Amino acid sequence: MKLGSGVLVRYVLLALANALGVYALMVLGDLGMWKGFAAVLAGTLAVDVVYATKRFIPMKYLLPGLVLLLVYQVYVVLYTGAVALTNSSEFNQGTEDRAVSVILAQNELRVPDSPQYRLTVLDKDGRLAFLVTDPDGDVFVGTSEQPLEETDDATLDDTGKAIGLEGYTTLPYAELVGPRSKEITSYRVPFSDDPTAGSLKTQDGSNAYVYKPAARYDAAAGTITRDGVTYTADDDTGYFVSPEGDRLTPGWKVNVGFDNFTRILTNKEIRGPFLAILVWTIVFAAVTVLGTFALGLLTAIVLNDPRMRFRRWYRSLLLMPYAIPAIISAGVFKGMLNTQFGFVNDVLLFGAHLDWLGDPWLAKVSLVLVNLWLGYPYMFLVSTGALQAIPSDVVEAATVDGASAWNVFRFIKLPFILVATAPLLIASYAFNFNNYTLVAALTNGGPPMTSADVSAGHTDILITFVYELAFGGEQAQYGFASAISILIFVFVGAISVLGFRQTRRFEEMS
Amino acid sequence: MRRTSVKATTRAVALLATVGLLATGCGSGADDDKPAEKTAGGESSAPAASGTLTVWADETRTPIVNEIGQQFTDDKGVKVKVVQKDFGTLKDEFTTQAPSGKGPDILIGAHDWIGGLVESGGIAPVELGDKAGELQDVAVDAFTYNGQTYGLPYAVENIALIRNTDLAPQAPKSWDDMVATGKKLVDQKKAKLPIAIQQDPTNGDPYHLFPLQQSFGSSIFATSPEGGYDASKLTIGDEHGIAFAKWLSQAAKNDVVNPSVSYDIATGEFAKGNVPYIITGPWALAPFDEAKINYSVEEIPSPGGEPAVPFVGVQGFMVSAHSKNPVAANDFVLNYLGTEESQQKLFEVGGRPSAMTSVFEQSKDDPIYKGFGEVGAAGVPQPNIPAMDAVWAEWGKTEMAIIKGGDPVKLWKNMTKKIQKTING
Repeated sequence: MKLGSGVLVRYVLLALANALGVYALMVLGDLGMWKGFAAVLAGTLAVDVVYATKRFIPMKYLLPGLVLLLVYQVYVVLYTGAVALTNSSEFNQGTEDRAVSVILAQNELRVPDSPQYRLTVLDKDGRLAFLVTDPDGDVFVGTSEQPLEETDDATLDDTGKAIGLEGYTTLPYAELVGPRSKEITSYRVPFSDDPTAGSLKTQDGSNAYVYKPAARYDAAAGTITRDGVTYTADDDTGYFVSPEGDRLTPGWKVNVGFDNFTRILTNKEIRGPFLAILVWTIVFAAVTVLGTFALGLLTAIVLNDPRMRFRRWYRSLLLMPYAIPAIISAGVFKGMLNTQFGFVNDVLLFGAHLDWLGDPWLAKVSLVLVNLWLGYPYMFLVSTGALQAIPSDVVEAATVDGASAWNVFRFIKLPFILVATAPLLIASYAFNFNNYTLVAALTNGGPPMTSADVSAGHTDILITFVYELAFGGEQAQYGFASAISILIFVFVGAISVLGFRQTRRFEEMS
Repeated sequence: MRRTSVKATTRAVALLATVGLLATGCGSGADDDKPAEKTAGGESSAPAASGTLTVWADETRTPIVNEIGQQFTDDKGVKVKVVQKDFGTLKDEFTTQAPSGKGPDILIGAHDWIGGLVESGGIAPVELGDKAGELQDVAVDAFTYNGQTYGLPYAVENIALIRNTDLAPQAPKSWDDMVATGKKLVDQKKAKLPIAIQQDPTNGDPYHLFPLQQSFGSSIFATSPEGGYDASKLTIGDEHGIAFAKWLSQAAKNDVVNPSVSYDIATGEFAKGNVPYIITGPWALAPFDEAKINYSVEEIPSPGGEPAVPFVGVQGFMVSAHSKNPVAANDFVLNYLGTEESQQKLFEVGGRPSAMTSVFEQSKDDPIYKGFGEVGAAGVPQPNIPAMDAVWAEWGKTEMAIIKGGDPVKLWKNMTKKIQKTING
């Protein structure tokens, strides 16, 4: 058997893939991310088995697409689904234990008007002690078991700060930071024999203050008591909740089942503007797709005519709106549509005062017109391609048979074009259904719908409306947002399926 | 056929194994080096390299924090790694990354993030100790949440009235006096607008209108007995708020508040000398200086009777609650970034009145800093409670709807209802 250069290339590539896999495994193992480790291991082994042997020929072609599908589609959808079943939000991210420790730390308050103590951290046989100098220059020493007591044996520096004590070693700075850092900041030295007098605590290792806990945690009962109010751990909501319903923050992450979904479907305030927004979303996406397609097709036909001179120049110019990022175009249009100073009113309409972005109907018109400008070059591109792919003999045959230009277009060219572009029209519909960027940049959903009980505007589409619901309040609600995106996914998916069925009919026609 | 296939497979496996081993060899070698370096450093003499502090800073302040960090490394042996971040997305990045341990030990931030970051458990209290006395009260108040301070402030910024001293040589005696002067200049064709208060045509601009709202005695939230704002008591919809809404509607009809005057138009026209007064902040001054406009910075006259004080924004350094090295983080923030020298450097690069009183006093020789600083010292901190996030968007859109001629009382009440709904979740 002879080793061809193809085989060599194959093994080099395979070896590189394996090297990458092994490297990723080491990094993941080092970070302790075992789920990722398993996934990469399985992936690398699959690549080896498929490409090093000759047993799985079709798989060789399918594997790259399959991997991308798993990583970018299946994993993302499953992950979103998993998040949608939790209360995950800005305030609910960690575990209950972490929530408890954070709440206790936030409620340990410095005793008002208590002095600042200069601190030296000591060590005796691996156990810490605090050596502190008060503002009068008196020196005290104490440990977590032994409350502060005055001492005269300390070594002082030039400023009068005690820096050492017999029988103890002074911890050098390098010991304060690094491994013992957490031990030092969580160390408490009782201020006196009276436990209600508070205890000394340090944050920076060189200053200490007297603190008193304002909240107490009862691990057995799962309660936190603050200012005489008892907050009980509620595993349904992931918060410590008082009898009055007040919450302590942060909370923690819990599974809430389908609560996020029922909240969307049963919430009265959401239901109010929902219908109007859904209708507008569908109209906006449909008008955009039809408008851009009509305009794009028209320009494509005009510029496809061989009698037209400088066609290439026109075609390049037409691509301009497509080449500029939508967010920038939207910003420019926002300026041009300014009521008093904008180019449209001031120059094009000779000083009219049309409120393009503030009137409910004009704002909708503005949105569609701007989107038309942004979208038609793309439709022009695909239509040009489809037009040029139409076999000329069919067109000639129809012409010879005496078909009018309109009939040639209507019954020959248009079906050909639709077969080629229908999937793209569906994709464009799905894109515009969720065209967050344009709406957010141009009108931000405004003007506000005064009839609604929640923040909603006349140009809000579904995605901008629910974005405001999920992220516009006190905190970002990741679980709720995930549930919403799954519902939108289902909705857009259903429309796409219907659309593709329709496309198949076009194909049968031709 | 079958035999060759097996042979090929064997060869392939051998090749793969070799490459795999090579990769492993390189990798583990590199891995071994790092801890070795660390331990060697740790065992050697006093200021030993132990651990690293990561700081997230914005573009303007990254070089200064680097410089101060170098000093810290020289003194204490702890490396300081400054990562430059976009200020606009820094808070969100921190909120999502910190819980997984990928966040920094220290971050630069605005005080109105504090409520959210505290309630999500992202940042830890920082006891300022006697240092608090060296800082402006408004700055410390802004960094206080539920009775604890959560960082070290370094700069204070706010808006004020900027007056073109060629067009309007006299400081206005009252709001009406200012409007009259402005209108007269417009009638004489010396100005295009009587006054510029920037507005976004869709989102409004409640921040720039707030001093005027405050002059009617209106506030967003009631203050709680311990200081700070009480999210459960929304006060924006009270009779003072309604009074402001009615005034705003009149002011718009009177052309004092113009919905078309965006930030670009407001500052652009002022720089051209077409507007006698503008309400804006220190960030807008550069074009005025370039255009050689003579201007002064002073307090905003009150249309409602009470002082028209602006929201004050305060920037500072916060310490992550996820930091693995809290001692070094607090030490660096308090005893290095908190020195007068560091605050002076931060002031010079940032061009905002310093949060440290001594540095601010020195900068008062410049009438611009004096003007902004004195207006700010009388101001109120922008609420730092997370419920404020539920207020901004609706507040701005409603004000814009009123400016555009909507029924002020109806819109204002509707807005209050919606904000209350959003806060309740």
